[in-house]
Amino acid sequence: MQDLDQFRQEVRQWLEDNCPDSQRQPITPKEQYWGGRRGSFPSEDARLWYERMRTKGWIAPEWPTEYGGGGLSDQEARVIKQEMKRLGARTPLYGIGLWMLGAALLEYGNEAQKQQHIPAIINGETRWAQGYSEPGAGSDLASLQCKAEDMGDHFLVNGSKIWTTAADKCDWIFCLVRTDPNVKKQEGISFLLIDMDDPGISTTPIGLISGESEFCQTFFDNVKVPKENLVGELNKGWSVAKALLVHERKLMAEIGSDSPRKVVAPTEAAKQYLEFHDGKISDAQLRSELVDYNMQMHAIALTHFRGFEEKSSGVRSAAPLVMKYLGTEAEKTKSELLLAIMGSQGLGWEGDAFTIEELDTLRLWAMSKAMTIAGGSSEVQLNVIAKNVLELPQSGGN
Amino acid sequence: MALVLNEEQRLLRDSAREFLASNAPVASLRKLRDERDPLGYSQALWQQMAELGWASIIVPEQYGGLNFGFTGLGLVMEECGRTLAASPLLASAVVGASCILCGGNEAQKSELLPRIAAGQLTLALALEESHHHRPSHITTTLRRDGDHFVINGHKTFVVDGHSANKLIVVARSTGTEHSEQGLSLVLLDRETEGLTCQRTMMVDSRNAARLSFDNVRVHNEALIGDIDGGWAILEPTLDRGRIALAAEMMGCALEAFERTVAYLKEREQFGVPIGSFQALQHRAARMQADIELCRSVLLQAQGAVEETPDQLPILASLAKAKLNELVKLVTNEAVQMHGGIGVTDELDIGLFLKRARVAMQIYGDTGFHKDRYATLSGY
Repeated sequence: MQDLDQFRQEVRQWLEDNCPDSQRQPITPKEQYWGGRRGSFPSEDARLWYERMRTKGWIAPEWPTEYGGGGLSDQEARVIKQEMKRLGARTPLYGIGLWMLGAALLEYGNEAQKQQHIPAIINGETRWAQGYSEPGAGSDLASLQCKAEDMGDHFLVNGSKIWTTAADKCDWIFCLVRTDPNVKKQEGISFLLIDMDDPGISTTPIGLISGESEFCQTFFDNVKVPKENLVGELNKGWSVAKALLVHERKLMAEIGSDSPRKVVAPTEAAKQYLEFHDGKISDAQLRSELVDYNMQMHAIALTHFRGFEEKSSGVRSAAPLVMKYLGTEAEKTKSELLLAIMGSQGLGWEGDAFTIEELDTLRLWAMSKAMTIAGGSSEVQLNVIAKNVLELPQSGGN
Repeated sequence: MALVLNEEQRLLRDSAREFLASNAPVASLRKLRDERDPLGYSQALWQQMAELGWASIIVPEQYGGLNFGFTGLGLVMEECGRTLAASPLLASAVVGASCILCGGNEAQKSELLPRIAAGQLTLALALEESHHHRPSHITTTLRRDGDHFVINGHKTFVVDGHSANKLIVVARSTGTEHSEQGLSLVLLDRETEGLTCQRTMMVDSRNAARLSFDNVRVHNEALIGDIDGGWAILEPTLDRGRIALAAEMMGCALEAFERTVAYLKEREQFGVPIGSFQALQHRAARMQADIELCRSVLLQAQGAVEETPDQLPILASLAKAKLNELVKLVTNEAVQMHGGIGVTDELDIGLFLKRARVAMQIYGDTGFHKDRYATLSGY
């Protein structure tokens, strides 16, 4: 504990000394650095901040040093996260390579794959896309059909992947592919790494209700993928996928705490938009909804802490399994609450009749609808809790 | 603040569970109810609990206590909630002891706490005056008469009001009816002249009473804390009671939930276990998610009693509100998911449902604590 306190002091000092002032301001989507061959630094300060963090090993503090990580413990990595948050320091590098793929490669990848891909993630050379869902395989992910045929020296990939985040800007994509159609659906899936510059790959953006098109559909037409790009064993891709999903769900459960947009906290919004009488919000319904939301978030935050403490002390509990469901549902509640608090000012689509915060709130409200669908819908999360925690008997439907 | 139990705490929880399973199963409450037991709990059981140290968990060592901490107390309360064990633990060993600890002078502490800790003396807090928890809405009066006080008024829903040896009476010495200022606390023997008591039979078959004070005279040494300064003692005392009660409610909810999940696996309809139906699975899974939140809230609130008392009011209200909602949902779902047998007296589930409703009202319902949480948060 003593050591951790001392480490915290050092981290605090280092961040104070090295994080440029401009990198301590709330970040907008345009100011994020996602790396990759098509990526560039939004500013000179952003480049400087990223370079300093990379040299320090804190882009991926808990990854091994031989691949460019910091070689630190989970507790130390958490201290860095907390101290960055405390200072308001921006995330220097974004990306699902960093958040999701890296950890799975460290666990399931071979030495050559780790050496090829992990430093490239940390160095911002490769931006990754995720190829899981298909038009016909959403919640029932294991029914995926995109196939990879063994052609001796390579796999031949045909099919398509949907909800490939920013795939039009990515360099590589990790995909779940069907390598055996004749066995139980989970047992014929493999995990492949595919270079998006390979011939036969094309990507189309999908327009969303939020007005954005950050997701794409990616098509594979006779794409040749080298055999060495298989992660883990042939037909054992489902275990890799599940390990990776744990990271994705954890990320989504925490997403509200690190949003890139200028999100207003509902309590602050209430003070700005609502009438007060004797220090209390006059609208009893909104006051009740606000306190419900804040109590729920308080309880969720405490459960995140408990989950972390349990992990550190080797205690197993059901807490991590319920967090994706609770966190994303709470984000939706928050967006609805903000809209209700802002009234018609929260309904602007564009134009100078509305503040940036108001416009962002509306767009986020639309985006929040996807959060309880992506990464395993709330219904799938409840199935998982029913099966793995409560051990309820399974029916055909789940 | 630790959100994970240590070895000693786990041992206490396990031994409490074992003891209650053999000495105070749900059948014991049924027996007290069916026999219309005049005391409302088993004196023999209470003595055993006291011998195990349960009445002394939060009492400092210098007053004959274990000083084991509020988290430990919460674990025992939770296990008592699982078997609906009736005892003076909450009213006396938590609320009574906390009141003396928070506001008593040295003489009161030395005289009362060792006897409370040994289970020889039981206390009850005479607070409520209407059908809702309004701790500052006090009309019972307390006026000076030489070296005595004279009390007039009435109290209702006094937990253990007819069985406790002594009563802590919340009375108004000055101030207006709704004011937190001007409240005073006095300790009263139950045999005092002018004090009358009517036991009220509640739906949970546990103890509660109405009390009337007709020119009740008590020596001014019986004052706890300062005259007019009762609120500063009452509020932290109630917060401790709320957190301990929330722990009992957690046990009540967990037991009802686990029994229901077991039933979902065993009961067959249409040729399959009903737990295979997604309509029931998702409702059960949502309750599991709520239970996880309540577990974290409870541990944080229990830890706050000793470690971060400035956080106590908001965490106590968070805990009581969240556990109120949980135990309401879980007991209702438990009845519904059991189907027809769920509404029979033969099945224990109905007893959990009934205790839940009473516990939800004691020391503040959901609305009271939501309002308090919002007010403390500045809106």
